[in-house]
Amino acid sequence: MAAIIKVKDINKSYQRDNFVVPVLNNISLDVEEGEFIALMGPSGSGKTTLLNLIAGIDKPDKGSITVADINIAALSESELAKWRSHNVGFVFQFYNLIPVLTAFENVELPLLLTNLSKKERKEHVVAALTLVGLEDRMDHYPKQLSGGQEQRVAIARAIVTDPIIIVADEPTGDLDKKSADDILLLLERLNSEYKKTIIMVTHDPNAASKAHMQRHLDKGDLV
Amino acid sequence: MKIPIKYSLRNFKERKLTTGITIVGIAMVVFVFAAVLMMAYGIEKTLVQTGSDENVIILRKSSTGEISSILPPDVQNIVSSLPYIAKTSGNIPIISYEPVVIINLDKVGGGLSNIIVRGVSPESIILRPNVKLIEGRFFNFGARELIVGKSLVGSFQNSKIGEQIKFAGGYWKIVGVFEASGGGFESEFWGDSKQVLDAFNRGNTVSTMTLKLNSADEFPLFKKEFLRDRRLKEFEPKIEKVYFAEQSETMAMFIRILGIVVTVIFSIGATIGAMITMYSAVANRTVEIGTLRSLGFKRRNILAAFLMESLLVSLIGAGIGIVLASALQFFSISTLNYSSFAEISFKFAISPSIIFLSLIFAALMGILGGFLPAVRAARMNIIKALRSI
Repeated sequence: MAAIIKVKDINKSYQRDNFVVPVLNNISLDVEEGEFIALMGPSGSGKTTLLNLIAGIDKPDKGSITVADINIAALSESELAKWRSHNVGFVFQFYNLIPVLTAFENVELPLLLTNLSKKERKEHVVAALTLVGLEDRMDHYPKQLSGGQEQRVAIARAIVTDPIIIVADEPTGDLDKKSADDILLLLERLNSEYKKTIIMVTHDPNAASKAHMQRHLDKGDLV
Repeated sequence: MKIPIKYSLRNFKERKLTTGITIVGIAMVVFVFAAVLMMAYGIEKTLVQTGSDENVIILRKSSTGEISSILPPDVQNIVSSLPYIAKTSGNIPIISYEPVVIINLDKVGGGLSNIIVRGVSPESIILRPNVKLIEGRFFNFGARELIVGKSLVGSFQNSKIGEQIKFAGGYWKIVGVFEASGGGFESEFWGDSKQVLDAFNRGNTVSTMTLKLNSADEFPLFKKEFLRDRRLKEFEPKIEKVYFAEQSETMAMFIRILGIVVTVIFSIGATIGAMITMYSAVANRTVEIGTLRSLGFKRRNILAAFLMESLLVSLIGAGIGIVLASALQFFSISTLNYSSFAEISFKFAISPSIIFLSLIFAALMGILGGFLPAVRAARMNIIKALRSI
């Protein structure tokens, strides 16, 4: 199968006060379509930075990142925002749901950036929430849901636009074991049944074991 | 507007206290702003209602008001013989020869104030059909009697029916109370023109003449005749309504300028209040902003959402301020009219344009207060925003 994500020779460093802190050194990585890959490594190893670069919310200092034949490192900020809205689904450690919006409205958010009608949006949202098993919690606000349920709403939000890739940053990091297992099961299902390409950053060996492939980062190098 | 308005509205509920305080601040400024405009408009309305479209007032040129106008008897005779003046069934021209003088009266609460005493001719009843007795009787021509405008009753000592006030070396009995559709006449005493002239030793020199034309359309013709007569070159005719509207301009303008300067200074405080509220809203929602941006919302969507939020706060404040200010319509106050130097009583009056201006004023406060915080939200770096948990 062809690589859907091609990361080639990227460098990334951050400016901290007067110091330049290198985060990623000449990283290259190919991810095939339908792959489920876990990025592991100690804190500060650069795994989240690599994830952010692939997701298009950050830009490399050098090198190219091609996702489905588009070099996203060359896109302007506004093109990148549009690209993200169509191609990337985000799952965060702390779910990042908007507290004042219901589960339904949170899942609907990314669809507001598309040309779908209200009726079509509703169909998509209901389908996504049904897939994560929360069709009966649509009108609940995040604070009325458990952590596991919140993360499932977040996953529904990530898949509602039918993106090419799903990026998950420590998706189980804030959950108890049972909820974490449910979320991992859900991600596995998205990968096996719906053929979603998933890149997951995690500390948790149990979580990483669900992925098809594990890559380790250490001090900015893939090992 | 990609980010739904409900997002902004529901955030208000999350921050009830700060949003509430900001709304109250803006409401108070809008209240003062609207009240000042209502005051100026109330004065205009009162004075404009004083005059009629069909009546013409003759004044000395360069006089700033009725008080400083003088019409000697020969001028009165020339004017009264001009064409286009309406006549009674008895063929008498409908003209009121009016001495207008100012007297000092004691206010009920203490202190003195200037009050207009207007002498009128019998024809003035035809000239001013909106002047109606509401209590007592009309004064008798030839007697030292007065009728009092209803705004003055109770505000000045001895101003009730049956009581007497003293001026020009004599006592004048109050015999009736009149109203004049809320116009400025309601802040005056009216008596017999000849008695007033006599008491003030004015001979036959009145302040103004007010006359009725056959038809309001004939004013240009009347004015042409008037201007043609060289003996009248120091005098000028004006439509009564226009004259009183001009009289209100100085006063209304003064109130407006003073009021707007004061409220603009107040508004700086309210704008800063809105700004602080919005900065804290942005700071509290940094992660949300990062999330929205990563989902694909653009900087301008974020900017618009926060500006909308600030605008909504200010418009809610404006609504409250306007509702409170509109309650002032039920109050009537009196002040010194700078044009006549006499006390005038008027009501606060609201108009669609005052409401509109108040909304614009509040919206400006909202946009100015919300702009910098919204820019900060829009400029936020996604990675930093997401990390700020």
